[in-house]
Amino acid sequence: MEELVNLFHGFAVALQPYNIMLMVLGIVLGVIIGVLPGLGGANGVAILLPLTFSMSPTSAIIMLSCIYWGALFGGAITSILFNIPGEPWSVATTFDGYPMAQQGKAGEALTAAFTSSFVGALFAVIMITLVAPLVASFALQFGPAEKFAVYFLAFCSFVGLSKEPPFKTIAAMMIGFALAAVGLDSITGQLRLTFGVTHLLNGFDFLIAVIGLFGIGEILLTMEEGLAFRGGKAKIDLRVVLQTWKELPKYWMTSLRSCFIGCWMGITPAGATPASFMSYGIAKRVAKNGKNFGKGEIEGVVAPETAAHAAGTAALLPMLSLGVPGSPTAAVLLGGLLIWGLQPGPMLFVEQKEFVWGLIASMYLGNLVGLIVVLTCVPIFAAILRVPFSIIAPLILVLCAIGAYSVHSSTFDVMLMLVFGAIGYLLKKCNYPLAPLVLAIVLGDKAEEAFRQSLLGSQGSFGIFLSNPLVSTIMILGLIALFWSVIQEGYTRLRGTVAGPGSRAA
Amino acid sequence: MTTGSSSNTGPTHKLVEAGVTLAIALFGVIVILGSLKAGINWGPEGPRAGFFPFYIGLFILASSAINLWHGLREDNDGLFAEWGQLRQVLSVVIPTAIYVGSMPFIGLYVASIVFIAWFMRWLGKYNWIIVLAVAFGMPIVTYFIFERWFMVPLPKGPIEEWLGL
Amino acid sequence: MKRSAYLAFGTIAALCASGIVAPATAAWEPVRPVEFIIPAGTGGGADQMARTIQGIVTKHNLMKQPLVVINKSGGAGGEGFLDVKGSAGNPHKIIITLSNLFTTPLATGIPFNWKDLTPVAMLALDEFVLWVNADKPYKTVKDYVDAVKAAPAGTIKMGGTGSKQEDQIITVAVEKATGARFTYIPYKGGGEVAVQLVGNHVDSTVNNPIEAVAQWRGGKLRPLCVFDAQRMAYDEPIADGKAWKDIPTCKSEGLDMEYLMLRGIFMSPRATKDQVEYYIELFKKVRATPEWQEFMKSGAFNTTFLTGADYAKWLEVEEKRHQALMKDAGFLASGN
Repeated sequence: MEELVNLFHGFAVALQPYNIMLMVLGIVLGVIIGVLPGLGGANGVAILLPLTFSMSPTSAIIMLSCIYWGALFGGAITSILFNIPGEPWSVATTFDGYPMAQQGKAGEALTAAFTSSFVGALFAVIMITLVAPLVASFALQFGPAEKFAVYFLAFCSFVGLSKEPPFKTIAAMMIGFALAAVGLDSITGQLRLTFGVTHLLNGFDFLIAVIGLFGIGEILLTMEEGLAFRGGKAKIDLRVVLQTWKELPKYWMTSLRSCFIGCWMGITPAGATPASFMSYGIAKRVAKNGKNFGKGEIEGVVAPETAAHAAGTAALLPMLSLGVPGSPTAAVLLGGLLIWGLQPGPMLFVEQKEFVWGLIASMYLGNLVGLIVVLTCVPIFAAILRVPFSIIAPLILVLCAIGAYSVHSSTFDVMLMLVFGAIGYLLKKCNYPLAPLVLAIVLGDKAEEAFRQSLLGSQGSFGIFLSNPLVSTIMILGLIALFWSVIQEGYTRLRGTVAGPGSRAA
Repeated sequence: MTTGSSSNTGPTHKLVEAGVTLAIALFGVIVILGSLKAGINWGPEGPRAGFFPFYIGLFILASSAINLWHGLREDNDGLFAEWGQLRQVLSVVIPTAIYVGSMPFIGLYVASIVFIAWFMRWLGKYNWIIVLAVAFGMPIVTYFIFERWFMVPLPKGPIEEWLGL
Repeated sequence: MKRSAYLAFGTIAALCASGIVAPATAAWEPVRPVEFIIPAGTGGGADQMARTIQGIVTKHNLMKQPLVVINKSGGAGGEGFLDVKGSAGNPHKIIITLSNLFTTPLATGIPFNWKDLTPVAMLALDEFVLWVNADKPYKTVKDYVDAVKAAPAGTIKMGGTGSKQEDQIITVAVEKATGARFTYIPYKGGGEVAVQLVGNHVDSTVNNPIEAVAQWRGGKLRPLCVFDAQRMAYDEPIADGKAWKDIPTCKSEGLDMEYLMLRGIFMSPRATKDQVEYYIELFKKVRATPEWQEFMKSGAFNTTFLTGADYAKWLEVEEKRHQALMKDAGFLASGN
């Protein structure tokens, strides 16, 4: 009860006109950050952090968290319009969002993405409001073995999905793992696969690979097919929002499932990326029209976006209650709290009530404000596709170059991006799936790290992956996901044999 | 040689696919060599740095072998792309490569202006006023957003140095 | 004339370097935004400090040009060091360092040595504290060491940040001092390490104060000793009426190991004296702000400030020490 009082007090703080103005400003900045590749949420928050020192901590965190929301919303825009995911968790959004845009349904895809983001985030905030302390202790149970199990589950729920030949899928995924392994091996502190090239110290950053493979690769494919974007006939009318909304409730089951996956992943803190892939993978298996996923199915946009945002929001909880950031952006926010003299950790909820509940209240309001802002802009975003290709293409290429450069401030990365672009074009033409490759780059080294940390702890015994109910459950879920198609087939066969002789009751 | 006359010919899909598969296999070999250098056995700290990459390299090699076999057996006489289409693709790849390659020397802004102008003029056939407006407008907006607003320094060349930016 | 000016300047610089006299206004000032490189990821200790400095500089308007923070964490910070090393003669680039200044080149064999850069100032030293979970029965270092010795070799898990870096160096030194055997488990960041200790996934850690203080205040962790020659200076109570000052030194508890981590500033190679001077002045101003003092207190930092020859001498000694420690531990790169 006391919490509710605090929350309403928080609303009162957040609803001051000055704070609402900051919210809108934060959302707009955030959307810009999300749209421009290379400016991640972490960049934006980090760069604006010093500017917020003249405000009260509550106002500052409201503005910064709104930048965070804005960036989360904005990430979907480039994914859908140009097949360029600006953040790892937007990759899964491209799978169906971009085909939709190509069919002239950019407005629908954007509306679905924004609305799902809102739903996911709202769900996570409600969870934070109601069960924060409980959830924090759940997060503590995640050691290396549990984390590895989560990554394993993410991979398993995603592989076996592609329609491409299985050995090409394996090759693509392994290329991703190999690229992820380049650079410093975090367990032994030793360099590997760098061959003495200092540019490779970093390894291959996800963003550079994905801008090249997806973004540049797509432009090259478009060039081959003649100079035209196929999304030109997108409706640029606000009515598209309402029409899409009428359709969305049909997917409540997918939404709800994705919310749970997202919250769980956000807390663990495996993060939003596995959440979006996992949610997409499971939706594809379970959905009625799962076969059409990847061809522009609206449900394929709903699932990853809902999960990614639920996770992105839920990740703030371990940050506040444990001091462990669930994402780089959260890490910078965390730094901000410290600078303001607020110590994240178990005592924050006790000692800094006004701040915490102000933040939670701003999560509700910030998301709502964000949704309104981005939805009203849907027609504008969709209209971008009407710009002739020979104007938009060089601009996209320049933006991609800037994005690739700003990851590590290195022109070498820009060249690498172009190489990835050419590779993406060739691989796509040769029927190699790119999604497993990207998934492996994003999660490969994390999974390897968790795996080896677990083995270090268990002195080399694999039993650690079945050592307690939590890790065993996740591992078994992973195995079920891996052999889903086999299981499904067996199930239908079983049903067939049962139904065959047993004509007992209809 | 005009675009029209070269239609309907081009590299076969089979050939290109074999090439890509071999390139992937080569990548696998490089990964294996690099892993051997890092140590592939099981050390006192658990698996050594090269342990996983080594098997990943083996997987790449093995799956490439299977893909190559599948690819060559396939009865696919189709074209990978027509020469005209490939020329279109190269007409983007080569200028972009020049753009990217010149960036460390002349900076991002000048390179972008030239690149955008080239693209719009030669591929889009726009008149010079629109070309110049976009070619200069975009880098200027970029300058303000990135350098001034978000304070992300982008590569600069002698001209920016001279202008004192 | 020229010579006398040079002499006069040299004298001033020498005086400033020894920190006795406040100098006249520095002759050089940045004319472009200054890049502040962090050879570590976002959210870590060095990152927090750099961003605090950026905030202080912005808030108090200490620089006419903006200070732009850039993370270059690749290869355990090697990326950042090589970047600054490669920007010889560019005075608009400074870097904040931690112990990876010494450990990264030694462990990975990248072509870099701190002498490639121009030392500016030591801002502070970061302490290391031995932490255990508060639910564990060990109340003193002796209880802990006895328990570690009693357990089968390698079953006690020590968590730390990074591999072949400061945390693991300390772990190896503790092994040497006690004769016990740990299994060291490297994680990406200090905050994560502290939470792994709270969740009982590791048995002890050597977290910096700032990484674990929240958990200490929350009653989840217990500090056993600090790896320094004297106790920390902060006597404000943190948890259960205990202050940083109440934590005994490890040496007094029979664990003979001292380790402090550098939080210092370097410039690109071939910086001139007045350029170095400018930054020294800047950081003196930063250190004088209440925000900085608050930050030092929250992380229980050792606030030693060194510049010039003293700083260089300190670096020299530490480099030798790291070399010896890492050689002992078998952490030196084997070619590559």
